[in-house]
Amino acid sequence: MAVALILLLVAIGSVLFHIYSPWWWTPIATNWAYIDHTINITFWITGFVFVAVIAFMAYCVFRFHHKEGRRADYNPENKRLEWWLSVGTGVGVAAMLAPGLVVWHQFVTVPADATEVEVMGQQWQWSFRLPGKDGRLGTSDVRNIAADNPMGLNHDDAHAQDDVVIENGDLHLQVGKPVKVLLRSVDVLHDFYVPEFRAKMDMVPGMVTYFWMTPIRTGTFDVLCAELCGAAHYQMRAKVIVDEEREYHAWLEQQKTFAELSPAKAIVKATYQSGGK
Amino acid sequence: MSAIILFLTVVAVIVGWWLSQQRLTAKPWLEEGPVGDFPGGDSMTWPAAKVGLGVFLAVASVLFVLFISAYSMRMSVVDWRPLPVPRLLWVNTGVLVLSSAALQWSYVAARRHDTENVMIGLLAGGASAVIFLAGQLLAWQRLGAAGYFVASNPANSFFYLLTAVHGLHLTGGLVALGRTSAKMWRGAEIAEMRLSVELCAIYWHFMLLVWLVLLGLLTGWTDDFVDICRRLLS
Amino acid sequence: MVDIPYEGIEGIPPAEVPDVELYHPRSWWTRYVFSQDAKVIAIQYSLTATAIGLVALVLSWLMRLQLGFPGTFSFIDANQYLQFITMHGMIMVIYLLTALFLGGFGNYLIPLMVGARDMVFPYVNMLSYWVYLLAVLVLASTFFVPGGPTGAGWTLYPPQAILSGTPGQDWGIILMMSSLILFIIGFTMGGLNYVVTVLQARTRGMTLMRLPLTVWGIFTATVMALLAFPALFVASVMLLLDRLLGTSFFMPSLVEMGQLSKYGGGSPLLFQHLFWFFGHPEVYIVALPAFGIVSDLISTHARKNIFGYRMMVWAIVAIGALSFIVWAHHMYVSGMFPQFGYFFATTTLIIAIPTAIKVYNWVLTLWRGDIHLTVPMLFALGFIITFVNGGLTGLFLGNVVVDVPLSDTMFVVAHFHMVMGVAPIMVVLGAIYHWYPKVTGRMLNEAMGKFHFWVTFLGAYLIFFPMHYLGLLGVPRRYFELGDATFIPSSAHSLNAFISVVALTVGFSQMVFLFNLAWSLFKGEASGGNPWRATTLEWQTPETPPGHGNWGKDLPVVYRWAYDYSVPGAAEDFIPQNQPPRARKLIQGAAS
Repeated sequence: MAVALILLLVAIGSVLFHIYSPWWWTPIATNWAYIDHTINITFWITGFVFVAVIAFMAYCVFRFHHKEGRRADYNPENKRLEWWLSVGTGVGVAAMLAPGLVVWHQFVTVPADATEVEVMGQQWQWSFRLPGKDGRLGTSDVRNIAADNPMGLNHDDAHAQDDVVIENGDLHLQVGKPVKVLLRSVDVLHDFYVPEFRAKMDMVPGMVTYFWMTPIRTGTFDVLCAELCGAAHYQMRAKVIVDEEREYHAWLEQQKTFAELSPAKAIVKATYQSGGK
Repeated sequence: MSAIILFLTVVAVIVGWWLSQQRLTAKPWLEEGPVGDFPGGDSMTWPAAKVGLGVFLAVASVLFVLFISAYSMRMSVVDWRPLPVPRLLWVNTGVLVLSSAALQWSYVAARRHDTENVMIGLLAGGASAVIFLAGQLLAWQRLGAAGYFVASNPANSFFYLLTAVHGLHLTGGLVALGRTSAKMWRGAEIAEMRLSVELCAIYWHFMLLVWLVLLGLLTGWTDDFVDICRRLLS
Repeated sequence: MVDIPYEGIEGIPPAEVPDVELYHPRSWWTRYVFSQDAKVIAIQYSLTATAIGLVALVLSWLMRLQLGFPGTFSFIDANQYLQFITMHGMIMVIYLLTALFLGGFGNYLIPLMVGARDMVFPYVNMLSYWVYLLAVLVLASTFFVPGGPTGAGWTLYPPQAILSGTPGQDWGIILMMSSLILFIIGFTMGGLNYVVTVLQARTRGMTLMRLPLTVWGIFTATVMALLAFPALFVASVMLLLDRLLGTSFFMPSLVEMGQLSKYGGGSPLLFQHLFWFFGHPEVYIVALPAFGIVSDLISTHARKNIFGYRMMVWAIVAIGALSFIVWAHHMYVSGMFPQFGYFFATTTLIIAIPTAIKVYNWVLTLWRGDIHLTVPMLFALGFIITFVNGGLTGLFLGNVVVDVPLSDTMFVVAHFHMVMGVAPIMVVLGAIYHWYPKVTGRMLNEAMGKFHFWVTFLGAYLIFFPMHYLGLLGVPRRYFELGDATFIPSSAHSLNAFISVVALTVGFSQMVFLFNLAWSLFKGEASGGNPWRATTLEWQTPETPPGHGNWGKDLPVVYRWAYDYSVPGAAEDFIPQNQPPRARKLIQGAAS
């Protein structure tokens, strides 16, 4: 029966494609291998169900297609069978859901030793900010944005002065150190997306979102925007470079702090403040 | 979104209750024969228009509850500054209550086949609804004059939006009321009109209820109420 | 099983039908244009939806040309590409599928299947269509206004949708919102009709458990749509006010093109909650009618009762109810409160259980059947494969942590096209082949039909199955060009080109179908009243196509459920629902 055969071939072809596909996920660069494992579990379970259902269907078409004199059975329901199938499905669903929820718990629980990094999206470029010597990021506000203050940092905030501001540059991260990536946007939705990191999150104007990860291998990775953000969405690119400790610090030394980047205002502020005392 | 979930739960309970009357556990393949042999499950005996209005009111409620959900989600943000509710709204509320009462009067009269009082009730209800709408517009004008514009603050935007949506629904009701009155005027049989009058009265009571809920929300009474409930629970 | 003669029943008299005020067309205009007959309205809905759907199909060709062969077609720029994807998505989901299933199939089938003469509010029903047509015209007009249609993506997320960095920011988005508002008003008018007709106008003997699953599916979907569309209405109105009056419902303080904007204080996430509160039930608003229709197609063409009818009904109701508490699974990476993830992942995966039961029952209906591989049956089989595939990938995306890497990639695009694009379209096509004889009195050409099926089914599978793997690789969606990214191998570009070629082929094969529709109208084989030897009431009308008022002098009386196929001992392999019992069935064993 040609129809049954083609249906079966669709199932078999899908499995073969899955096995031999040259398109597969990128080599992972963070600690989120758990996510890949969960996907693998899901592939196994769903793949089994897919093949089983279609093979059964193909067999039915092969075995019971119309012939002269054939008459169908009269079989309104079979409670026991339906019950077993429901329970089986429930078990399969639980087997996918349980690891998923466990990993989600890890995903939303940021370790205490994670250092903060800020990524800011705007149409259509990325800016980055690292905490300075004090280890804390200063506050920011959209209303502060000006030519010499592209990230809208708060001049009055002492923590902001030593923040490392990277505009039109690449972000460097240190391998093996957990980072909490704080995400914000000044105009529309963006999404900080590095395929190799697996983790991603939307950046929403008016709020700060986050995810965390630990880079586990060095390399240079493409940053893409994954949330439609207007005409040049596809061109909103940057690079993240994961370094060994030494290279990372060498790079960090060369970066400018907020105070260095917009010194004029900082000095005015400083004199004003000292004058007032 | 808790308001809408709560509301949909109520809808689900009603639907579930109705379904439970429909013998959904029957084995239909065993029930061959005229329906009289198997009680339950026939079409409803209510007039279709009444059921239709009921379904429409459910849809309109979802609409209002969603606006309320949006309102309460926005309200919980720290920078919320409610606008002063104009006194005029209380007068308007009184007028709307009168309007609703007039239509109830009309409906009661229709049941007694009292054509004259039906007509009086319809006209009084319609007129007071128009006065209510005019009063709402006046309230808008006064707020605007006092500098509370629609775009100047989220609380203002919500105020104008909620009152506008309510007003539009009432205007739609006025169209139906106008048609009913016109038919009565042309001397339609009272027995035929009874259903139309009843539907108008139901719709008016619904609009009054929605208005009271909105008023409670806009004046902040609902917050206090929710607070009290929360305290009682904890 | 034992048959014993059943005496004393000659059939009971039909219900006393009050002389319903059936609307009587007085002229050509009121018969064919401003008609209040549900069957005419159904055809109007279907033709309009198909027409705008063809526009969306052409848009998909254009975007596939760009994706498959970037840089080759200079007449497509990045702005237009975004406009194409936005309009394609919006048209397909709302103006084609929703309108076709509920306005088209709902209008045609509900009165016939429940044994009514027409919808209960015919005038409102007519208005529903004309408001829908207006919505479609407003939508289509955006192609001709300055700036063109909106390119905000079909999700229309603010702030982007109404800011100047997005194409169609001035006229396109305003008209889009207006069109959606009109659509919802029009739909509500129609929806009231479908619901109340099922509640009120069922003929004598048509209990809920005797309804065909098609009616169950359309009925439940309509109830859901009535409750879900208000959320889109609210979102549209508020976004429109943000755009027109400068309110800030969804707009926080932000910088627009280097300038601080006038907006402030709104929440973009609020829009997403409202949008998906509509958007997720919308998936099932399209899927449930498809579930119902495909159940009837399988049962009729396999000459076997649908397996587990009760379970099928319960599953439809359960899916309908559950689908209102899963909406935020579209927002796992939106930045919403992360703890919501646990709840929504759980509810989302639970919904897989009733859905899986439906799939099992479809294939179990085939077991020991007498499967006629007609064109509707082929489409039903195609539906099962594509739906199972798309449903299973839904388990990836519903499981919160798995969604994190896959969201906003081509995996999502492949998933939703498979599950709510290809699968429902398979049902639509199968249903057209199935009911065309009732609508026109002629059969569609079978050879053309089989060609159409194989090209469409295999082609669509070849388009969307490999696309999942692009997403797994990390290729993001809504990209005008992939540009150079080190993680994308050149083979991915070849795959894109392949997909585009197949997509164009499948697209053109639809022309065969359209030709078949037109050709068979005049040259098709006469079908008679019940060519598929089906049991449900619409096949038992005295005339084909059904005349005005559907039934002759008396309404049909229903004596049995909709699935009496191959009943042991019966002379024929089907017993129409309105056939009085002649022999009492004593079914032993089957009752357990």
